[in-house]
Amino acid sequence: MGSNMAECHPVAFQWVVEAQKRGGKLVHVDPRFTRTSALADLHIPLRAGSDIAFLGGLIHYVLEKQRYFRDYMVNYTNAATIIDERFLDTEDLDGFFSGWNEDQGVYENRTWQYRGGSVWAAAGQRTAPPPQGDGVVVAGEVPFEDPSLEDPHCVFQLLRRHFSRYTEEMVERACGVPAAQFRRLAELICDSSGPERSTCFVYAVGWTQHTVGVQYIRTAAILQLLLGNMGRPGGGILALRGHANIQGATDIATLFDVLPGYLPMPMASDSTDLDGFCRPHGGAAGGYWGNLKAYLVSLLKAYWGDAATPDNQFAFDHLPRLTGDHSTYQSTLGMVDGTVKGFFVLGENPAVGSAHGTLHRRGLRNLDWLVVRDLYEIETASFWYDSPEVAAGEVRSEEIGTEVFLLPAAAHTEKDGSFTNTQRLLQWHQRAIDPAGDRRSELWFAYWLGRRIRAKLEGQHRDRDRPLLDLTWGYPLEGEQQEPQAEAVLREISGVAADGSQLPGLGALRDDGSTSSGTWIYCGAFAGGQNQAARRRPHWEQSWVAPEWGWAWPMNRRVLYNRASADPSGRPWSERKRYLAWDPEQGRWTGPDVPDFPVDRAPTYKPPPGASAENSLPGDRPFVMQADGRGWLFAPSGLLDGPFPTHYEPQESPTRNPLYEQEANPARQRFLRPDNPYHPTAGEEGADRFPFVMTTYRLTEHHTAGGMSRFLARLSQLQPEMFCEVSPELAELRHLRHGGWATIVTARASIEARVLVTARVTPLRVQGRQVHQVGLPYHWGSRGLVRGDSANDLFPLVLDPNVHIQEVKAATCDIRPGRRADQPPS
Amino acid sequence: MPFDARRWPVWRQVTGKDLLGLGRTATSTLTEGRTARTATADRVATSICPYCAVGCGQLVYVRDGEVTQIEGDPASPLSRGRLCPKGAASRELVNSPLRELKVKYRPPHGSSWEEISLDSAMDMIADRVIATRDATFEEVDEKGRPLRRTMGIASLGGATIDNEENYLWRKLMVGLGVVQVENQARI
Ligand code: SF4
Repeated sequence: MGSNMAECHPVAFQWVVEAQKRGGKLVHVDPRFTRTSALADLHIPLRAGSDIAFLGGLIHYVLEKQRYFRDYMVNYTNAATIIDERFLDTEDLDGFFSGWNEDQGVYENRTWQYRGGSVWAAAGQRTAPPPQGDGVVVAGEVPFEDPSLEDPHCVFQLLRRHFSRYTEEMVERACGVPAAQFRRLAELICDSSGPERSTCFVYAVGWTQHTVGVQYIRTAAILQLLLGNMGRPGGGILALRGHANIQGATDIATLFDVLPGYLPMPMASDSTDLDGFCRPHGGAAGGYWGNLKAYLVSLLKAYWGDAATPDNQFAFDHLPRLTGDHSTYQSTLGMVDGTVKGFFVLGENPAVGSAHGTLHRRGLRNLDWLVVRDLYEIETASFWYDSPEVAAGEVRSEEIGTEVFLLPAAAHTEKDGSFTNTQRLLQWHQRAIDPAGDRRSELWFAYWLGRRIRAKLEGQHRDRDRPLLDLTWGYPLEGEQQEPQAEAVLREISGVAADGSQLPGLGALRDDGSTSSGTWIYCGAFAGGQNQAARRRPHWEQSWVAPEWGWAWPMNRRVLYNRASADPSGRPWSERKRYLAWDPEQGRWTGPDVPDFPVDRAPTYKPPPGASAENSLPGDRPFVMQADGRGWLFAPSGLLDGPFPTHYEPQESPTRNPLYEQEANPARQRFLRPDNPYHPTAGEEGADRFPFVMTTYRLTEHHTAGGMSRFLARLSQLQPEMFCEVSPELAELRHLRHGGWATIVTARASIEARVLVTARVTPLRVQGRQVHQVGLPYHWGSRGLVRGDSANDLFPLVLDPNVHIQEVKAATCDIRPGRRADQPPS
Repeated sequence: MPFDARRWPVWRQVTGKDLLGLGRTATSTLTEGRTARTATADRVATSICPYCAVGCGQLVYVRDGEVTQIEGDPASPLSRGRLCPKGAASRELVNSPLRELKVKYRPPHGSSWEEISLDSAMDMIADRVIATRDATFEEVDEKGRPLRRTMGIASLGGATIDNEENYLWRKLMVGLGVVQVENQARI
């Protein structure tokens, strides 16, 4: 769901086909019929933006028909945990949970906590939860639970109630999916789960790019936990990511709110005391996050080396502080408003690739300076003379004051380094040749820019420059171009002990400053002084898990939470699905993968009093990152928009929310300003001006914003032109001719595209009326060998509150025949 | 060379065992005289496809200091030698004449690109960073709590570049107090 794997991740799709050859079933739930659908056993078209209603329907089905994997669910999830009795559900409050603060537009999660203790989230919003009851932070044991699952306040009963109205009739009304088709899928999923089988969900940005994107994935996670499909071979939820190193960039981390390894970036409101920051209520969290201080101190040592000492809290004060959301869309608005003055763009093309391109280009025009590093001259570099606004005569080049530097980048064949693929696998690529001319790697750029700035500031002795001047910056340089050695950086990331030896893995990290590691989850990537990411033992020389090809974080573990592949006593759930098993004679776990916890941790292990971190979890708790070691059906903290996923309509929708009075996610991030207009949504006046649903997608032959594909002759020949997909019914309604032109109109922009009339996008019956959908690839811009309008220009800025991702998978539009009015003369 | 009908591919296809022409009969005297670029390479570097996150294995063939061919690596347990159209086009990605070779500079209000050296570009960028940072530096917030940052500089990108590059870039940004560091994962 939310992915067109056959076209967007084609080479990975070979494994889906292999599974089908062995009897596996493939179901594709997606608004469009694509090549993935063509190869699927079942294709279910649904209305873009209605996936939670659909998945919620599956959860309802599993619960009511009692098709859950009971032993797994009771032991490995928080189904039995009892929640604060003050918690109120969206069923009680018509689309809101308890704790909504209307004035501030945010939730306060006090009433979502476990009875008798609050829990620190393992992901998402990692600020400390409010102290609860006696203020204990759960470490291992959950205070109150009811394994019979009958207590009305236990998670299982709350879940049943929450999804009680997500019936097949509701799925039909909300998603436009006929009940019989839905039932067929529900049966198939249940039959393909349990001890003998497993089901995997695959998604991509079709799930993330919504105002409830995080909750889409949460809904799938709940379903997979109920069915016992997590931590087992063939199970799980696989995010298919679109860029070679988008996983690594997330891990390592070029994101404002996390430090490398998902360590929380401190807020100004957090304690400035390192201990207070790592242990907000005195006690450490249970699970591996209980080692937060060891991970953070090791990072501080990697950053600041000898300048990070026990006396200065390991330079914890050197870290800059956050005061809110500083994500990329906020930066764009900062450029428009004049607060952001300088901008670096490294291998990215926001003028085409980000929502509301018009606003981005306005931001670029308002900068003092811009540095673009890329292989080609992309739209983000050329906006000042080649953009829709300049073409339309809205602005003239001479009026634009931005100083622009376009620096040519080195290609992957011209530098050493590692990419982390979509399964957390680090793979090394070698420098085959040196880059020519002024082309340089980002490593070179970062290193030499840092060196220059440091040299210029060194003599000034200002306190504000200490964090910069104290950075360890002594990397060996190679060759004529004085390229920093990439392996030296990977050594620093992986980590070293006080004696300089490479650390074997994250278990060795200490909070006393005796270890340094730039990214704790990558600790061990250089174990034994060997570049583990560079390992390339052919697959025919090793087991099917192929542990000697590259290196997967953490600890070269290929399936996360793999303790769940065995039952609580350590036996495989079935021979057919055997993965890890406890060998009582050897006193260790055995199997083809690295266990997700200490290898000699017996299933019967009970934590002694005072045990902390992973040692506070009993031997039958697989979800080792969670404070209670359990999979969270109910998320007491970590999410800003509710402990359970709830169906909300997109910001712009052609239909009312069939479940609640509240239409859209109340916690979504909106920007109410004249340059970011939203359409009236269903039920509001004027909504019929934009009657259709639009959704964006990718093509096999192009790469995201096109910077790496539109400049290539072969790929451009294969997909030469921007187009839109419409159904024959919509074509008739709007007089669109196949192969002719259409203009897609929103309050943000009008773009033109060739018309592709195809039965691949079927109109759906939703709440008694026909909903038409328009499919838009988003690869084009004003440059390259093939040019066209950018689909992202059509969308507004409206974001998921948890991760600040824009909603470009569902919004409303109008479509008309012919080219747009301001078409420049050709 | 005199024409020999028995060497004609169609003849061999029809009379031999390779009716669909997918095997040896697809060759001709001309093609048999050709050598694959993979055979004439001086070196082969192991690599990974730079496009999507499947991470297909690549073999990069080099001759006389130039990338002459990029093939799928059969040894990869992920891709087993396959590449999709993008991965298969990566030789053009790295060799295209449209690729930028020299620094391009556009002064404020300028009407065209100008050429400047990499060295002066680096120096100018360093100066811009220092000036903007100094002009926008925030030591503390309104409650007197430390901030140690600048909100005047932002950065976007990372998903197409290496782990080591992301790491070093973020480290530099943290040192400078630039907190608005983001990549495609947000988008
Ligand atoms: S070859 Fe295609 S599928 Fe493989 S990594 Fe490259 S872009 Fe992805």
